[in-house]
Amino acid sequence: MNFTLKVWRQKNPNNAGRFRTYAATDISSDTSFLEMLDIVNEQLIERGDDPIAFDHDCREGICGTCGCVINGFAHGHQEGTTLCQLHMRSFDDGQVIWIEPWRARAFPLITDLMVDRSSFDTIIQAGGFISIRTGSPPDGNAIPIPKDESDAAFEAAACIGCGACVASCPNASAMLFVSAKITQLGLVPQGQPERWDRVKSMVAAMEEAGFGACTNHGECEAACPKEIPMDLIARLNRDLVCSMVKK
Amino acid sequence: MELDPKIPAGPIDQKWERYKFQLKLVNPANKRKFNILVVGSGLAGGSTAATLAELGYGVDCFCYQDSPRRAHSIAAQGGINASKNYQNDGDSDYRLFYDTIKGGDYRSREANVYRLAELSGNIIDQCVAQGVPFAREYGGLLANRSFGGAQVSRTFYARGQTGQQLLLGAYSALSRQIGLGNVKMHTRTEMLDLVVVDGRARGIVVRDMVTGEVRSWAGDAVILATGGYSNVFYLSTNAKGCNVTAAYRAHKRGAAFANPCYTQIHPTCIPVTGEHQSKLTLMSESLRNDGRIWVPRDADDERRPGAIPEEERDYYLERRYPAFGNLVPRDVASRAAKLVCDESRGVGDTGLGVYLDFKTAIGRLGEDAIREKYGNLFHMYEKITAENPYQSPMRIYPALHYTMGGLWVDYNLEATIGGLFVLGEANFSDHGANRLGASALMQGLADGYFIAPATVGDYLAREGANTITTESQGFKSTETEVNEKIKRLLNIKGERTPESFHRELGKIVWQHCGMGRNEAGLKQALEELPKLRDEFWKNLKVLPARNDQVNQTLEKAGRVADLLEFAEVMVADALNRTESCGGHFREESQTEEGEAMRDDENFAYVAAWEHAGVGEPPVLHKEQLAFEEVSLTQRSYK
Ligand SMILES: Cc1cc2nc3c(=O)[nH]c(=O)nc-3n(C[C@H](O)[C@H](O)[C@H](O)COP(=O)(O)OP(=O)(O)OC[C@H]3O[C@@H](n4cnc5c(N)ncnc54)[C@H](O)[C@@H]3O)c2cc1C
Ligand code: FES
Repeated sequence: MNFTLKVWRQKNPNNAGRFRTYAATDISSDTSFLEMLDIVNEQLIERGDDPIAFDHDCREGICGTCGCVINGFAHGHQEGTTLCQLHMRSFDDGQVIWIEPWRARAFPLITDLMVDRSSFDTIIQAGGFISIRTGSPPDGNAIPIPKDESDAAFEAAACIGCGACVASCPNASAMLFVSAKITQLGLVPQGQPERWDRVKSMVAAMEEAGFGACTNHGECEAACPKEIPMDLIARLNRDLVCSMVKK
Repeated sequence: MELDPKIPAGPIDQKWERYKFQLKLVNPANKRKFNILVVGSGLAGGSTAATLAELGYGVDCFCYQDSPRRAHSIAAQGGINASKNYQNDGDSDYRLFYDTIKGGDYRSREANVYRLAELSGNIIDQCVAQGVPFAREYGGLLANRSFGGAQVSRTFYARGQTGQQLLLGAYSALSRQIGLGNVKMHTRTEMLDLVVVDGRARGIVVRDMVTGEVRSWAGDAVILATGGYSNVFYLSTNAKGCNVTAAYRAHKRGAAFANPCYTQIHPTCIPVTGEHQSKLTLMSESLRNDGRIWVPRDADDERRPGAIPEEERDYYLERRYPAFGNLVPRDVASRAAKLVCDESRGVGDTGLGVYLDFKTAIGRLGEDAIREKYGNLFHMYEKITAENPYQSPMRIYPALHYTMGGLWVDYNLEATIGGLFVLGEANFSDHGANRLGASALMQGLADGYFIAPATVGDYLAREGANTITTESQGFKSTETEVNEKIKRLLNIKGERTPESFHRELGKIVWQHCGMGRNEAGLKQALEELPKLRDEFWKNLKVLPARNDQVNQTLEKAGRVADLLEFAEVMVADALNRTESCGGHFREESQTEEGEAMRDDENFAYVAAWEHAGVGEPPVLHKEQLAFEEVSLTQRSYK
């Protein structure tokens, strides 16, 4: 298969960026999107050009490192798929493919397709945990949890922190990301003691990091490679309101 | 070089308790005066950084990803073992200990393995308290499954994402300590060398992967939790960034490397499709609980799987191992797959694949039941191959997955360099020649949450603070070496990319030091590897040719340079060990039925290699293994 790539190239945040055009030729349909970029990069280096910088690691859809906007969609057009799991067979032969980094104020650009998502870590550091000490907990089975609650907590915990929700939101809001953690920990008994403080601290950290507010566009849900649903945001809002009353 | 494993005296089930009592403690008021460097934020590094900080030590933690949450532990699928005996099916610490020793083909240390089993239950408690959403039964208690051929159900799991959930647990504990200011986290930072002065680890030299800046960190102890070296084979189930640099640099600075030839090949991965392939994807081993493995009975049969009648299929694992069938251990299943492919009975375009067929199970349990159990795996398979495994069998082939070898450590997890501790997959300690499924997560967390925090404290109490600063000669000269190496890599200005060298390296070791190994092949590898290394240093091309910005080609080049040297140590070890054991199959040493044959008389030892210079054969030191609890038998899964 052959493709024309329009790739965002930007040396660093202080330089202006622009799209550059590259040909990806003779690509097997079994190639993954990132492998296609590997091939293009090998050719760039051989010709004496700087390769395209992009983040990636596990290449199996679980670490959350990869992610670019492909033809306007975060992680590309296929639902429930990270960029590393997208295969070239899902594109048309001869297609023009636009490749851009996540764009959000809270994710400053580093270079080319790489952005700095450490604001996500900052939000977790503000309260996305249960405060326990190593060695102190009771027996695992001392805390029975109804299966459906535990399963629901698991669904929320599937978030890989890739940032696609932010990249696809017109407000660059991080509400889906925050709500996933709030829901996971808020659904289980272990998470109750800190429940109200947690939601306040995490939302405050989110606002401080420069993420926008949620105005119910729903783009985040559509872009999420783990298909985390938007109802969790409603839950987050409910917890936030309760937290003001409780304390 | 002296190898003192420091195994405590006393009955096996009391060694750790007694030993812990003897360990020296650091006065609580003094703890904050110590600073510990932790390289790695996976299960081992993340858990230990968090725990040390909780105890009151200052911690600096480093990882090459953009967030500690992305360490490769995140990719583990199947589960984590613990001898809780919640199922009342006869499990105990002793049974988990015994299974691990036997599964490792009697090439691990009894005392370490017992301690691992003993700590396994605490790990589960810890993770549950953190909010890790393990699978549960309807009564609300924790669920278990049987995994990797174990006769008891002791595996705890969170669907097919156990590693992710455990790592996010450790990451949350770590994040809490970062938020409190007790841990300083350095992401996108790669350790490029270890600083050793007067036989003690004093710190590390790192490169900032965004700015290119090279700088040093001094610490009172250095902990490496940098993962395994499967990527020496280029294609493996590891993440693209996994590498051997940290461990290999420590090796070059004097740390012995133990059993590098013990590598694990996982039988159920999605087969290679072509040259473009950059990594391989694991299909969880749990699939073998319901899938049946087969190939056509006759060579070169090119019919579709559905067109091959039952009697012309060979369910070779069920045939060869009637007692264990499709659930034989990983090494046995992998070799059997290679064997049938060598006989031209492999399937798929490349002939390097076997079928994993769910037809019988779907017939028996219904498609919904199979979807409930394996839905996410089937989905992943379909995404990668565009084939529907509910309708036609999956194609699978073995791939490199885990490395049992690693830096040699004693009972304290301390390497042959004082003050250097090695945790998780990066050390060699507990799995012998073959790791059982769901035991790596257990080991990483036992090391990180429970063992290192005790033994590192003892080290600090005994040895006191490190007085060598980053301004000293030792640091400056190591830093200079790192800078010169970077300059050298940038200035070769040859023709070939680091990726192409890596791919070629992978082919050499996979062919000669992969599933089957023999003297002639290993010797040939030892001829080819130095030639490739020479070419690398003459013909490498790195662009951009500068070190003041992000440079992924340079990162890759540095890692490939170390993998190239390391490969020679691995092959030397494989050549030395003329017996077969676990994941190391020497074709010269097999039974008449083609099963691995150990040579306990001559090889019941840990091979710890000392670096003797690049291109020089490493020097072998032996730690004899003593078996007091378990008597050595030839493994049999017939
Ligand atoms: C696909 C897959 C599935 C698996 N499934 C299971 C399973 O079901 N059960 C099980 O028990 N085990 C499983 N394993 C094995 C298990 O996941 C690993 O052995 C284990 O997670 C390793 O943890 P670790 O903390 O030692 O290393 P890692 O998680 O690999 O962490 C290494 C850390 O070191 C850092 N690092 C490395 N080099 C450098 C450097 N030079 N400078 C700075 N930082 C560095 C990295 O950034 C990272 O933070 C699986 C492995 C794979 C690949
Ligand atoms: S590279 Fe890990 S999710 Fe894509």
